[in-house]
Amino acid sequence: MISDGVVEDEEKWLSAGIAGLQQNAFYMHRALDSNNLKDALKYSAQMLSELRTSRLSPHKYYELYMRAFDELRKLEIFFKEETGRGCSIVELYELVQHAGNILPRLYLLCTVGSVYIKSKEAPAKDVLKDLVEMCRGIQHPLRGLFLRSYLSQVSRDKLPDIGSEYEGDADTVMDAVEFVLQNFTEMNKLWVRMQHQGPAREKDKRGKERGELRDLVGKNLHVLSQIEGVDLEMYKEIVLPRVLEQVVNCKDELAQYYLMDCIIQVFPDEYHLQTLETLLNACPQLQASVDVETVLSRLMERLSNYAASGSEVLPEFFQVEAFAKLNNAIGKVIEAQENMPIAGVVTLYASLLKFTLQVHPDRLDYIDQILGACVKKLSGREKLDESKATKQIVALLSAPLEKYKDIDTALNLSNYPRIMECLNDGTHKEMANVIVQNIMKNKTCISTAEKVDALFELIKGLIRDLDGDTHDELDEDFIEEQNSVARLIQMLHSDDPEEMLKVIQTVRKHILTGGRKRHPYTVPPLIFSSLKLVRRLERQDESVSGDEVSTTPKKIFQLVTQTIEALTSIPVPELALGLYLQCAEAANDCDLEPVAYEFFTQAYILYEEEITDSKTQVTSIHLIIGTLQRMHVFGVENRDALTHKATGYSAKLLKKPDQCRAVYACSHLFWLDDHDSIRDGERVLLCLKRSLRIANAVQQMANATRGSSGSALLFIEILNKYLYFYEKGVSQITVESIQDLIKLIRNEMQGDASPSDPAADAFLASTLLYIQFQKDKGGAVGDKYMLITD
Amino acid sequence: MNFIVGAFKPACHISVAFSDGKNRKQIPIKKDNGQATTVPLFHSQDNITGTIIVEPVSGKKVEHNGIKVELLGQIEMYFNKGNFYDFTSLVRELDVPGEIYERKTFQFEFSTVEMPYETYNGVNVRLRYVLKVTISRGYGGSITHFQDFVVWNYTPPPSINNSIKMEVGIEDCLHIEFEYNKSKYHLKDVIIGKIYFLLVRIKIKNMDLEIRRRESTGSGSNTHVETETLAKFELMDGAPVRGESIPIRLFLSPYELTPTCRNINNKFSVKYYLNLVLVDEEDRRYFKQQEITIYRIGETS
Repeated sequence: MISDGVVEDEEKWLSAGIAGLQQNAFYMHRALDSNNLKDALKYSAQMLSELRTSRLSPHKYYELYMRAFDELRKLEIFFKEETGRGCSIVELYELVQHAGNILPRLYLLCTVGSVYIKSKEAPAKDVLKDLVEMCRGIQHPLRGLFLRSYLSQVSRDKLPDIGSEYEGDADTVMDAVEFVLQNFTEMNKLWVRMQHQGPAREKDKRGKERGELRDLVGKNLHVLSQIEGVDLEMYKEIVLPRVLEQVVNCKDELAQYYLMDCIIQVFPDEYHLQTLETLLNACPQLQASVDVETVLSRLMERLSNYAASGSEVLPEFFQVEAFAKLNNAIGKVIEAQENMPIAGVVTLYASLLKFTLQVHPDRLDYIDQILGACVKKLSGREKLDESKATKQIVALLSAPLEKYKDIDTALNLSNYPRIMECLNDGTHKEMANVIVQNIMKNKTCISTAEKVDALFELIKGLIRDLDGDTHDELDEDFIEEQNSVARLIQMLHSDDPEEMLKVIQTVRKHILTGGRKRHPYTVPPLIFSSLKLVRRLERQDESVSGDEVSTTPKKIFQLVTQTIEALTSIPVPELALGLYLQCAEAANDCDLEPVAYEFFTQAYILYEEEITDSKTQVTSIHLIIGTLQRMHVFGVENRDALTHKATGYSAKLLKKPDQCRAVYACSHLFWLDDHDSIRDGERVLLCLKRSLRIANAVQQMANATRGSSGSALLFIEILNKYLYFYEKGVSQITVESIQDLIKLIRNEMQGDASPSDPAADAFLASTLLYIQFQKDKGGAVGDKYMLITD
Repeated sequence: MNFIVGAFKPACHISVAFSDGKNRKQIPIKKDNGQATTVPLFHSQDNITGTIIVEPVSGKKVEHNGIKVELLGQIEMYFNKGNFYDFTSLVRELDVPGEIYERKTFQFEFSTVEMPYETYNGVNVRLRYVLKVTISRGYGGSITHFQDFVVWNYTPPPSINNSIKMEVGIEDCLHIEFEYNKSKYHLKDVIIGKIYFLLVRIKIKNMDLEIRRRESTGSGSNTHVETETLAKFELMDGAPVRGESIPIRLFLSPYELTPTCRNINNKFSVKYYLNLVLVDEEDRRYFKQQEITIYRIGETS
């Protein structure tokens, strides 16, 4: 029977059903048009007989049902007119019951019943009661569900609700509620029964089909929620207990899950709040396979939203002790459902946590309590590996951060780190990332060493390799993470220098455990953070002359030195060199000559011993020159020693053009505008001449190896240096030497063997333009330039 | 030619008119030749009066040995056709022997006639009331004319009318309890009841309530029993589970029922039964039949 043909056959049956229905509907219309009641009843019954089929799936049956539904509307209008023509409605009500087949009979009865209620010849409640009772005759689940759904549909606007035109005497709402509840109960029974009828091998299919029908059942709850007369009292005393009784007793997984969700979604929040206990008590009674955690989560989500809707509702929450009840219920549910996956447990706690954050933002103890309960569940198990569970854990742990926007609060929660302990490495890292991102997003300032310690302990997944995590490749994520940590380090700040030092020491302690992989990312921010402190102290020194200040730049520099040393064990000498130079500059600003000298020494040693790559050498030497140029703390001897070394290094670079550039850069070491003691024109000239020589050598080498001279770029660069120093008033730089140089460049560029080099052309042109510009500008500088003639 | 035609035509035309015929309820019946017509309704103890008109065909004279009208209550068995049993026979002489030349009107009256049985048209038997007008003639045979009428007898509602309540079942298979609100129903009554499922181990497809008529004729070894299903009314669609209770509401008015008759003149009986039938998915039928009494009550309208 199960074959591809089933679907096709179904299509066939459906179209046959539709055809039969349409044909009889046609005859029915004819009878309606000619006011022939007898024929109308006959053909409508025949038309409705098409609904007796057992061959259609719910989906297809629905299609057929909808067509019949439309036809029945026309019939209803006819019945209404018929009563106007003198046919008594009571007679009609009997007449339709003569139909031999029960399904058409009941559809007709419901249709006439609708007219009957509208006629108000009998109380609505009596008619409704009769209809809902008579519908018991359909025990076939699918047909019964649709019939009762039809009943529910036609009676919706005719319930004897308060304020309705069909309102009866006393307890009229009760009648309406009773009717809907009864219909609901019967529908649910049919729906549940569907699962157990038919061959076992089609069980899954039936489950799916039932899923398609669930809204027919749920609709009743919606109708209940729409009844005006159902106030809190009635909901509490009658509606909810009755509905829950049905839900619990039906012992059906699908129904229980869906209906619980339905209850939560259709009734108002304040009802839920006032009946929390009843609702929650039902949860542990549900089947073990029911996804209670989702149900409860939705409930808490709704309540959270309700709490968020305005502060005026919060007292209601306190009054009913919502937290205690929910917490209690969750405990019970977890206890009752032994097999609940850990993801479910965590989901529950995460929802409760969100609820608590919304309702009791001031009760950190509640939050800690929830986390504690969660820890209890998690500990003693394997570390969490399941993706769903870990996702929930992250949600659980992120919630307080998002709410308080402040890591401080999380650090106060004693159970927070304990949960972090339970995570596997990946999740731990992810969570640590969330924390770091949160801090950065909210620009939280963490200002005490103690907190910093706790924080770094929390995010240790980022700070150091956890067990078993030893892969060495540096992927993008890793770099991203470490950059985050670096940013985090920058954000730690205390106004109290002493505390700040402690913070730095704490951070240092943690990051030094990070291993060589992380140091290149984490050490620099720490160094800069330290240097920032140094500069702050330096500024304060003038105002506060504290005798017993324990935090001195010297002490910090010691710390820094030790920290940078950590880098030397890894092959990142250029980074260490850069840091040493930075430190040297800071020491320079603090007037600590020996310290600065020491840093320079370290940098030189690194240059000599570790930096072997010629390219790195070039950048490093420029760094050294640049830094050294700005150092003013050094005495003549020290400075000489350092500059001498630097020029020496420059001349020893591998590539001639690099040599040339480094050497002319060295010229700056001997001329500082704002420093009278360092104005040695001789040596400036010496450097420049030397670079010229090297440039010449470059040209000759080019001639020798390639047969053509190289670019004149180097010469133009040197020309610019000449102009610079000429402008500064270095007497050793003469007009003649500049003119000679320009001539030399022109020769070089016009030579037959010289290749055309647009960059050089442009450079020369703009240099000459500059000269012209200065000439035109006039003034002292202009006068000087006037001396230069081509 | 004219003579021959005249010989085969009845010599005169006879018609019967009841004096209160216009006010009597007309009941449709089927005549012997299959045509439908309506006849007036009488009850036991009624006076049956009227006029009989004898009209000779176009001025011929009719010579006769006397004219009479009989009121007959007859039981006719179809398997023994032509054999009537008259349980009531009343005679009124209308005219002494003589000749009729022209249209002649006779009055007749049967007062407070005892008509204990109702008109009945069954499968094998019918009970009918008829007025038989006979013009006796020495030659050419007598001229007769029949005028049917219907008799209904109303019964007062029974003083004792217990409900029918019963638990039936097949061990470990199906146990049901059913209840019909009465054991005696009038013709326009409605059967109210319910079926309660105590145990269901079979897959039931549907459940019907049937009204069956059992007509037995003859007596002793000669008894013929004919059972007809007059109504088949679906009560339930689908398979119920334990604890379900299915309502019954069956209006009797659409069906052509007659009152229950027991042993009419030792000739026949008509009995009615309610048959509750459950059909399972293999189309096996499980049923339980209960006799009910049908009676006629006076129309209140």
